Parts: sequence; structure tokens; C-alpha cells
Amino acid sequence: MTPSAIAALIKSKFPAEVVEITEFGDQVSVLAKKTRILEIMSFLRNTPELYFDYLTDLCGVDYQGRKNDRFEVVYQLRSILHNHCIRIKAAVPEDDCKIDSVVRIWAGANWHERECFDMYGISFTGHPDPRRVLMPEDWEGHPLRKDYPLKSDLGEAEWKGFKEVLETVERNKKYEVR
Amino acid sequence: MIKKKELSINMGPQHPATHGVLRLVLDLDGETVVKCTPHVGYLHRGTEKLGENRTYPMALPLTDRLDYVSSMSNNIGYCVAVERLLGIEVPARAKYIRTIMAELTRIANHIVWIATHALDIGAMTVFLYGMRDREWILDLYEMVCGARLTVTYPRIGGVRCDVDQEFMDSCYKFIEDYPKRIEEYETLIDKNRIWLQRTVGIGIISAEDAVNWGLTGPTLRGSGVAYDVRKAAPYDAYNEIDFEVPVGKNCDVYDRYRCRMDELRQSIRIIKQCLDKMPDGLVLAPEAPPYDMPLGKPRVMPGHPTGAILPGEEEDEKKEPFDELYSATEVPKGELGFYFVNDGTARPYRMRIRAPSFVHASVLPKLSEGSLVADVIANIGTIDIVLGECDR
Repeated sequence: MTPSAIAALIKSKFPAEVVEITEFGDQVSVLAKKTRILEIMSFLRNTPELYFDYLTDLCGVDYQGRKNDRFEVVYQLRSILHNHCIRIKAAVPEDDCKIDSVVRIWAGANWHERECFDMYGISFTGHPDPRRVLMPEDWEGHPLRKDYPLKSDLGEAEWKGFKEVLETVERNKKYEVR
Repeated sequence: MIKKKELSINMGPQHPATHGVLRLVLDLDGETVVKCTPHVGYLHRGTEKLGENRTYPMALPLTDRLDYVSSMSNNIGYCVAVERLLGIEVPARAKYIRTIMAELTRIANHIVWIATHALDIGAMTVFLYGMRDREWILDLYEMVCGARLTVTYPRIGGVRCDVDQEFMDSCYKFIEDYPKRIEEYETLIDKNRIWLQRTVGIGIISAEDAVNWGLTGPTLRGSGVAYDVRKAAPYDAYNEIDFEVPVGKNCDVYDRYRCRMDELRQSIRIIKQCLDKMPDGLVLAPEAPPYDMPLGKPRVMPGHPTGAILPGEEEDEKKEPFDELYSATEVPKGELGFYFVNDGTARPYRMRIRAPSFVHASVLPKLSEGSLVADVIANIGTIDIVLGECDR
């Protein structure tokens, strides 16, 4: 199926959920509301003529000040059997920064969703292991947000766990081999 | 009565068999792994954030540092994505040169893979043979662009400079002589009893699970799924080249090893066809953005709807709606994807890297739970991860 035909099918099945369909080149994105995202995804995964068995990628995007809903979660889907693909996007507002997890449908979403939480602070309801994945566990802030500085605004100040590390080193000095 | 107690041990981050700085926390019941928790992120350098704050040509050298064993493939993946986004048509000669480079990189990567994987599970000689042969490919890199590891040879719109006859002759010699070396590796381990005991029936993942977990590349094809981006969505010269996609059937470590070995032979085939068919002409598209660093004057790219590609003195014009594009290429480890959101300025609004190693590392608990500690090493080897790419 062509991407536009798939988008039309989603639109006819979930008319109230689909907000916008955009095309660029031969790729089609469907922007949906986040409320029934799990149903849309199960529909895409389980309908035989669509059969999106492979979640290529899942990531977040921060549209601070550019769109009404600040975040979007982007799912790149592909069907290996039918060799077609589609992009689904779910808008996530800043004041209700959570969305249903799709780990039950695609196990591969596990780390992608952890990364999305790590980088944007979007929490995934029903995720089996909601921890940070790339940044240290006690990190403050979400680095890929547009308001997160590229360079530290702390000046000479250190990451606060650093002091603890230095203290541990100091404490363990008595065990050093001389 | 003997009390049984689970023991937690820490494998890594500084462990020679974890291929970088991967830390696994293993909960053991005797020798059996009950729970395996991978911890990644020790090499996180914020490549995506850096990419969002650089212009398209400036972000190219960052991609070398993702998977440093196959840097050329990463460059090509990035360039293909940006070309699709900006609508740049690459000259035919550049496409063929890139295809040769991508396949040389695939061979170099698989050699390093077989060398380290074999070393991990007890075959030292293959390591020495592998490293010796990799030098050969690095010499070919050096001949064409002067660099050996982080090459940045492909450019948005083509490649940096043309190849000469000396390179072509060396390449012909390489594809003539190299198949003997593949046989050498196979003589050493293919029917080696220890190798078979360490690999056959280990790390099994069914085709359905492999797809569901998002595995790609030889790790997926070892489970019998013939998914290859070069066939599914061809880029560069792959649609004009005849090659096969080797698949395994037993879904274990041994079949993934066989897949990679067969891929080496297919790569040789692809390189031979590319050399024979090599067309003449330009190697860099005329509308390609200039790759020297922007200094002073604004540079305008003719033919592109948004005009300026490199930042000038005036503020770039922002446009709505956003252009979005996901572009995938088949790097030696699997599917490397770039997702761009472009708002018409010289910098990507969002640059997302879909790294195969990240996805493959996430499947380690699935492969390892219930197996022996020694097999965890075989599993780390078989998924072929590089932590630079995993942590980005």
C-alpha cells in the first residue's frame, strides 16, 4: 500500500483522532491525538493488510513556542512483509506530559521510550522499566529540550555527584598500595 | 540444608569482552544468569544535541565518531539523509565510489567483528589474522582520502575527491586476493570443535521475536528474516547491482556468524561490479553545499527552496510547516536511520539518530537470561555492538 492510502485508512478508522496528515517527498506523517494512541498502534500492528510488525524508531521532538502542544512522540513504522512504511506522531502537551507505552506491542520500544523520557521528560504509562538510559540516574533536567543550554550555565561549578566521588576516593586512600 | 542465594556481579564497564564501556549487572544462580541488566551511556556525548546546533555540513564529522569501526558507512548514511531532505541529486560516479566504500567498510567491520568475537570465546589466531587484513582496507582508505579511521570522505552531494587509477588497481587486487583470506578464517573456526560448542544453539532468538525487538542487519538475518535496507529501500548504486542477502535458519550465534561470512563474499561481488561499471563524470553535485567552514559571508545554495544553507550574518528565515524525513541505510551493524525535522534554516531543528547498536544492546537480557555466564560473552559478541554508536 502507498503511504497516503495507509494514512487515509487510519483517517477513516479513527476520524476523531487524526489531527493532520502531512507529506514530504514520498513519506507521509499522521499526527494523532495521544488519547487512543495504543488502539491506533494495535490496529496498525494487527490488521493483516497493514501488518506493521517492525517499529523502526521512536523518538521525541520539542516544538517549544512553535506549536500548541510542546512535544511530539514520533513512531516510524515499517512492515517487513509488505515493505511499506508510515510515520505516526502523537502530540503531547507540556502540562500533561505522558503517553501510553507501546512496549506491549513492540518489545523494541523499551529502550527508545526510556531514551525519550531521559531526553525530553515525557513519561510512558505502563512502561515496565521507566528509568533513564543514557544520562546518569541522578541527572537533573532533560538535555534535548530546546530550553536546555548547550553549554553549562553553572560556570565553574561541578555536577553535584562529583563531590561524592571525590569523597569516596579520599576515603579509600587508606587501602592504596604504597 | 544448603541455603541457595542469588549472587549479583558486575560485568564491565572496563571488561575486555564488552567491546567498549558496557556494564552488565548479572544476577546469578550458580552459573546460570537469572537477570541481566545492561547499563549504557558511559560514552554519551550528546551527538543529537550537537547536531541541532550545527549546520548540515558541520555535523558530518560527528557521525564518524558514532561507530568508529565503520565510520565511512555512517558518513554515507548521514549524507544520503541530508541529500534526500534537500533534494540533491548525486552524480553517478560518486554513487559508485560510495558503494565501493560502504562495502569495503562492511568487510573491515566484519573482520573486526570476527576477530574480537573469536578472541572473546577462545580463538586467538583469528584475531591476529583479522587485524592484519583490516590494515589492508585502512590502506585503501588512506589512498583515497588520507585518513584511516575517522575519514569524513563522503560529502553531502557526493564525495570529497575523485579516486585515481592506483586506487582502482589496488581494489582489483584486493577483491582478487581477499577471498583466500575468508577461507583462512573459515579453516580456523568453521568446523572447530570448541567454536561449535560455544556457538551452536546459543543465544537463540526466533524470527518473530527478532522483528518485534527491532533487530536489524546480520543479527536479524541470522534468524531467517531477509530484511536488508539495500534491497527494501535502495540508495546509492545498490539498485543497479546484483547481490544476494544471506540468511540463517537456526537463529543462533553460529548462524549469525555464517551470515556475516557470506556477507563478506557478497561485498566482494558488489565491489567487483562497481569497479567494472564505474562511470565517468563529476564526483560532487554542483548544487552541493560548500563543505569548508562558514566564515563571514552568507553562502546561498541555488536551486534549494529555502536558499541559504550555511548561516550568514542575517537571521535565517524560519518556515512552517516543518519538513520531516526519515532516511535509513544499511551499515554493517544494521539499519542506521536519520530522522530530520527541518524548519528551513541552516541547522536541523531535530536530528535523531536511530543507532542499530542501541537497539541490539537492549535485546541482551532477552538473549542472556537463563543461559550460562560464559554464553553472555558469546551473546555480546554476536549482536555486534559498538558503544560509541549505542550511547551517541
